[in-house]
Amino acid sequence: MTAVLDVRDLDTSFVSPSGTIAALQGVSLTVNTGEILGLVGESGSGKSLTGFSINRLISPPGKVVGGQVLLHGQDVLTLGEEDMRQLRGRRIAMIFQDPMMTLNPVLRIETQMYDALSAHESITKTKARSRAIAALDEVGIPAPEDRLRSYPHQLSGGMRQRVAIAIALLHRPDLIIADEPTTALDVTIQGQILALVQRLCRDRGTALIWITHDLAVVAGIADRLAVMYAGRIVEIGGVDDVLDNPAHPYTRGLIDSVPARGTRGKRLNQIPGRMPALTDLPKGCAYAPRCPRATAACEAMPAIEPISDTRAVRCFHPLTGEAS
Amino acid sequence: MAEFIIKRVLQALLVLLVMTVLVFFGVNVIGNPVYIFASSECDQACLTKIIADLGLDRPVWEQYLVFLGNLLQGDLGNSFTHGIPALSLIFERLPATLELAFAALVLALVIGLPLGMRAGLKPEAFSSRCIMAFSMIGFSLPVFWIGLIMILVFSVQLGWMPSIGRGDTVEVFGTEFSFLTLNGLHHLAMPAFTLSLIMMAMVIRLTRAGMREVLFADYIKFARANGIRERRILSAHVMKNILIPIVTVLGMEFGGVIAFAVVVESIFSWPGVGKMLIDAIGVLDRPLIVAYLIFVVFMFVILNLLVDILYSILDPRVRLGDSPT
Repeated sequence: MTAVLDVRDLDTSFVSPSGTIAALQGVSLTVNTGEILGLVGESGSGKSLTGFSINRLISPPGKVVGGQVLLHGQDVLTLGEEDMRQLRGRRIAMIFQDPMMTLNPVLRIETQMYDALSAHESITKTKARSRAIAALDEVGIPAPEDRLRSYPHQLSGGMRQRVAIAIALLHRPDLIIADEPTTALDVTIQGQILALVQRLCRDRGTALIWITHDLAVVAGIADRLAVMYAGRIVEIGGVDDVLDNPAHPYTRGLIDSVPARGTRGKRLNQIPGRMPALTDLPKGCAYAPRCPRATAACEAMPAIEPISDTRAVRCFHPLTGEAS
Repeated sequence: MAEFIIKRVLQALLVLLVMTVLVFFGVNVIGNPVYIFASSECDQACLTKIIADLGLDRPVWEQYLVFLGNLLQGDLGNSFTHGIPALSLIFERLPATLELAFAALVLALVIGLPLGMRAGLKPEAFSSRCIMAFSMIGFSLPVFWIGLIMILVFSVQLGWMPSIGRGDTVEVFGTEFSFLTLNGLHHLAMPAFTLSLIMMAMVIRLTRAGMREVLFADYIKFARANGIRERRILSAHVMKNILIPIVTVLGMEFGGVIAFAVVVESIFSWPGVGKMLIDAIGVLDRPLIVAYLIFVVFMFVILNLLVDILYSILDPRVRLGDSPT
């Protein structure tokens, strides 16, 4: 398998007169053709920021300050603005969290799809129309000809997300970054969207980064899983492997926090405390203050070390080999 | 849509009716026009005759009913001073005022929108701060003062601009227009700019505020993530969203600009309805004052209706009777 995306030691900071806040530190991950990488973490862990750093859409004062983002071996961080624009939507597409907000409320679906098409190829209105209809049809929108004339508010949330997915897929990108695209949807619609994206990516060999805080979603869709905490990846590996035998105490805590069947009436295991603010990170491992396994050694930052061929973890006291 | 329009028209009629009461009785309280029309050697018999001629001998409520009856037939009465229908006087003067107001509106948009967009795109830049300072000045300095200073600087000191009148006009469809001749444009420039300042300041501030809000919306991020060119994002995706509040405010403001062009018209001796009103108040020409005020109310009502309709074209979400599927 070839790596579509290879992110190496990505650092993103927010630079302000009162100081620099490191929001992402040393984020490294790869995604292969047709592979789905789940990126999970709490709010503020930097998972969405990772997505926006990859296609360089962080709004100031945020800034990528180090590392490489290799798309088929080419570092996109060194590209000029116009080259980057040509890349966005054509080779790296994005799907956003809230389908109510991702489509422009005052433009017809047709206009928005035409704009997305004509951004990367010169195309006649008629041709664009048939492309748009085909794209809408592909994501399971009934009567696509009529929907083209619609405004976003005339569609349901699930339909809107389907339109957004259709737009993201228009140019058959190499990589799609999906930022919690099902979080705002009903469970049944969520399932449909998951199945849809999974099928489309598999059919076309599109690599996908699925950003979410929902482990159940990741378990259902992803091939591999990366867990983020306070701007760093703390664990990465095959999805079943990680979920069945988490190595990082934080991953363990996350899995235990999910209410499961058969545990009704029992107290949910919670992770005590909260994620530290990026302005106030503890020395060493950021998870140490909440970690039951923390020792004096954790006052230094552990490196992310491979624990097998496919897995790596950032912890001095990983849970490997222990009964969970 | 039809139901919506009918509702609005009924509301408008009610507003008009209330206004006629207020205006008619209000004007009857200020001074007695008879003494202005009567010559100094007019005795009591002559005074009584004038009063009877003007219909002022009848009780006020009866005068009002007569006025209302005439109004329903589209007759707003004859001007005391000119002796011709007040409405035709207004329409004679209106094109000049409309021309001035439209010129001001165009200036406000053509100058205000780009400045506002610039200030919204780079709020920290020095140029943006200058733009915002300019809009603050436009809001706070009184119009008559700006007009006088402009005359002082550009007409008196520098001698670049004419200070009064409409200049050469061209007749189109029976109406005189200044903006079609170079000399007319020259005359139009200063009064139009003066009148546009408040609207321009408002456009700048609204555009900037809209930009600050819309630029960070998810749908703009999505448009960027799709690689849509920045120019297209600004001119269509952003612009159409920020136009909604601008159209609303300008629509309402535009009525005000026509109604209160009084000051600018007086300063620059622009022969429009505003100047006519000032003259009419000076000689207590009651029918003309009433006719003008009714006309202004009518115009406001129509403008608001137009804004509502335009609004629904810009923002599909308020389009009535357009149910979601």
